[in-house]
Amino acid sequence: MSGRPAPAGAAGRQPHRARAASRAAGGERTTPRSAVRLGPRLSSLSLERLLRAGPRPEPAPLPPARAETGALTFGIVVFPGSNCDRDCEYVLREVTGVQTRMIWHRDPELGALDAVVLPGGFSYGDYLRAGAIAAVSPVLGAIRRFAEGGGLVLGICNGFQVLCEAGLLPGALIHNRDARFHCAWTYLRVERTDTPFTCAFAPGEVVRMPVAHGEGNYFAEPATLAELERERRVLWRYVDARGEPSPQANPNGSLHHIAGICNAAGNVAGLMPHPERASESLLGGTDGRRLFASMVRWLLERRRG
Amino acid sequence: MNGELSLEPTARDLAASGLRPAELERVRQLLGRMPNRIELAMFGVMWSEHCAYKHSRALLRTLPSESPHVLAGPGGNAGVVEVAPGIAAALKVESHNHPSAVDPFHGAATGVGGIIRDVLAMGARPIALLDALRFGPPHEPRARRLRDGVIAGIAFYGNAIGVPTVGGEIDHAPCWTDNPLVNVACLGVAPVEALASAAAREPGSVVLYAGARTGRDGIGGAAFASEELDEHSAERDRSAVQIGDPFAGKLLIEATLQALATGGVRALQDMGAAGLTCATAEMSAAGGTGMEIDLDRVPRREADMSPLELVLSESQERMLLVVAPERADAIAAIYRRWGLVAAPIGTVIAEPVLRMRAGGRLVVELPPACLANGPVYALAPQEPAARRARRAMEVDGGARFASVRGARAIGAGGAGLIASAEAASGAPDEALQALRRAWLALLAHPTVASKRWVYRQYDHMVQLRTVLAPGAAGAAVLRLLEAPPRGLALAIDGNARYAWLDPWAGGALAVCEAALNVACTGARPLALTDGLNLGNPERPEGAWELAGVIEGIGAACRALGIPVVGGNVSLYNESSGAPIWPTPICCVLGVLDDVGRALPSAVREPGDAVVLLGSPQASLGGALFLEAVAGEPLPAGQPLRPDFALHARLLALLAEAAAAGELRSAHDLAEGGLGVALAEAALLGERGLACALPPPAQHEPLEVALFGEGPSRVLASVPPACYDALSARCAAHAVPLVRLGEVTAEPRLRLRTPAGELECDLAALRAAWQSEERTR
Repeated sequence: MSGRPAPAGAAGRQPHRARAASRAAGGERTTPRSAVRLGPRLSSLSLERLLRAGPRPEPAPLPPARAETGALTFGIVVFPGSNCDRDCEYVLREVTGVQTRMIWHRDPELGALDAVVLPGGFSYGDYLRAGAIAAVSPVLGAIRRFAEGGGLVLGICNGFQVLCEAGLLPGALIHNRDARFHCAWTYLRVERTDTPFTCAFAPGEVVRMPVAHGEGNYFAEPATLAELERERRVLWRYVDARGEPSPQANPNGSLHHIAGICNAAGNVAGLMPHPERASESLLGGTDGRRLFASMVRWLLERRRG
Repeated sequence: MNGELSLEPTARDLAASGLRPAELERVRQLLGRMPNRIELAMFGVMWSEHCAYKHSRALLRTLPSESPHVLAGPGGNAGVVEVAPGIAAALKVESHNHPSAVDPFHGAATGVGGIIRDVLAMGARPIALLDALRFGPPHEPRARRLRDGVIAGIAFYGNAIGVPTVGGEIDHAPCWTDNPLVNVACLGVAPVEALASAAAREPGSVVLYAGARTGRDGIGGAAFASEELDEHSAERDRSAVQIGDPFAGKLLIEATLQALATGGVRALQDMGAAGLTCATAEMSAAGGTGMEIDLDRVPRREADMSPLELVLSESQERMLLVVAPERADAIAAIYRRWGLVAAPIGTVIAEPVLRMRAGGRLVVELPPACLANGPVYALAPQEPAARRARRAMEVDGGARFASVRGARAIGAGGAGLIASAEAASGAPDEALQALRRAWLALLAHPTVASKRWVYRQYDHMVQLRTVLAPGAAGAAVLRLLEAPPRGLALAIDGNARYAWLDPWAGGALAVCEAALNVACTGARPLALTDGLNLGNPERPEGAWELAGVIEGIGAACRALGIPVVGGNVSLYNESSGAPIWPTPICCVLGVLDDVGRALPSAVREPGDAVVLLGSPQASLGGALFLEAVAGEPLPAGQPLRPDFALHARLLALLAEAAAAGELRSAHDLAEGGLGVALAEAALLGERGLACALPPPAQHEPLEVALFGEGPSRVLASVPPACYDALSARCAAHAVPLVRLGEVTAEPRLRLRTPAGELECDLAALRAAWQSEERTR
């Protein structure tokens, strides 16, 4: 795996269970040390915020200065059928302000990276099942090792499908409820803000990002869904403009209106909506850029220790 | 004759080639011998209407094709214009009508793939797709099956290949039930110095085959595209339809752009219609050279393919490159890295001869220019008398219109509606109710109704350029990432009702509408590509339509200063003897200096003034109202012909006013006239409108004022503070300006007419407008 040190506690495999259990029991919320893995400063602070999340979102924090962000390098995986790879590269470089490096799907090593993004597209044509072949590609071995070492991995759209197929995230993305491709703006509720992918959002905030997929219908076994909910690993949910989940607001039929989730360790996340398409006001919205800003902020916090 | 070329054609081969006896005789004279069966088949596809433009070439030459911006005009794989200093845009439209009639999904999908590769062949990265589609009435099962198949095929290919489908239009009428139209336009961008050509000029260059392997699909597709369809087409012709693989198409884009970047590619062309035959013949002919091709080296899917199949196959996702010999290996390696095949299959030679060998035997020896330059036929146009009578019908006389057609019942859709001012004076409420019903009927007509359910199935955002998405304006607006803050606007339009009545007007009005849609976003029209879809040109009626349409396009383009940089002609669009309505499609590209100032169709701010810019004239001649409301099965009346000088002034005014920030929205008046435009602008903006009919229209029958159509008309909204400036600008440009009313916060559309106030909740208008969506 790449040379960057993993954040404190990244090796731990029992993340939020204790906290979730205490929540479920209605017990007093403490700040479990295990959660610190998500970022030494963010986790404790954001949990408190989450508790008092009201209907009015707080203004989002400003992104860090460019000089700092420019010290970070994001890898973007290029499968032959990726078609949002260049889009992600553009937004990460021009809007987020990090360094980028394209990672070819046959590369068995990632090299030194701070984060990896698996972009949207049709990895290997996806005639079989979206992401099924990509899940066994050489680069996935490297990504798996990177994730196991605590590296940040974000899968967008097809990238989310690939991460699920590879078992880095639970569940599967099946054909949309109406068996049609959907390209449209959606509202998402940010379900927690103490993760590397959401720390630049306000708790409970309703944001706008577009979806564009034919297979984005999140499915998982009841036990897996229960675990995701218990451990609060649903990061984004499809909602209406007022923040309420509903079948009409859910573009694809996803169970529990799930738009995006993270793994148990909190360092691998996937979502069907495209944050890179919601990163410039000229293109209709800027909420998506804060997902990348979250990753940057968390990585910089981690660097500072 | 060379003894090795002894594959004598049989009578069956002669019939299969599609060549006429006179054409065969001409081939024999050109060669000084009989062609063998492979050569015969090659002439058959190359001299098909699809490849040779036999009936349209002479007329197409009359179209204006030059301007200071044009870098490559008609004749190449796509037209190219300079859209910013050093940045070129390649533009092309192509039809896939016949394949889509037989297999709508794959027919449409490969139509998308083919046009993408035409743009790629210019060295440009494809950045946008638009579709102009025509189907039968959606309540007919066959029309519905074709429509849904075509839309699914476009989504299948376009979404996967990563080129956004940013716009288009769909029209419905019975003439397209069995012969749907699928016209796809593609736009690409490239640095000017990276542009490529298709001319194989340098002898010694290696001919490199790249992409997917050659299979048995699509054999004879080009010739098939030039035949009329009959009831057996679906079964018999399926093997003539190619199967698309968007994944391979995506690999081909990336690999080809990398190959071009090496500087070792001297020429390239898509192997699409007529496959290897067309690519080798046209590339050699364009360069004044010849080629030696070894067919044994052509990568194939099945080992036992015959030379005939190899030269005719239209398997998709294949390119033919002419490369510098020393770079051939490196370029082939790029394609292989992307998982594609690449094989040197021959050499460019100085002698202008196309020689192909198979199994060591010479099987083809032809002068490429003979193949590439088919015969040209003169047309014998004659207007059918019935058409003239239809056009002469008086349709703007209000109640009088009903009497023209005597006792015939009118108004299947509109319940006997002809709401005239005269009728209104008797029973105003009844007239208003009838108008309201007509309004809703027009909004619910599949041609006018919201197409959201369609474009929602297309990825219209990938590549991060789409500033105005489908539905937001009459033209799609993309940012030009290569030259910010510049933007490109692209519209595709055509009205077959006008063209059926008056082909010249149909051609001219298609140009005017597409240019106006581009101008309504604030862009300056820069270039045009056209797709002409007509019936059999060998019939006097078909010839009259073809000649009229092309002359109309030419007249409009000359008057407006818009060069025609390329196009496509699809003839023989007939099924069971009945031709389609002539359907000219024009795709206009425009440039915005500041894409951030692009104007949508939707009104936005309550209090803004609502104005009508341009011509005050409207007519029901050719209007959708006659069909959707009055229940007329065929178009009637004389469509208003454009006043080109006024149109040019309006185009200039819009660009200036948008750049000056004097407009908040602008929406072209098209099918359904002012009534539909008001409703659409309000529905898109989710705002109300309180307007009055303009004074001249108050003396017309109300259905003419509200639903009459005509060129050079724009509904715009204006911030109150800018009204005076806009008014002065209109005066300076001699463009009529009428203030209709204002935007309101109340979700209601109110329109004062001499018969009283016509009003409707936005919710009711929306229910009608999105009725098509509810049935999905």
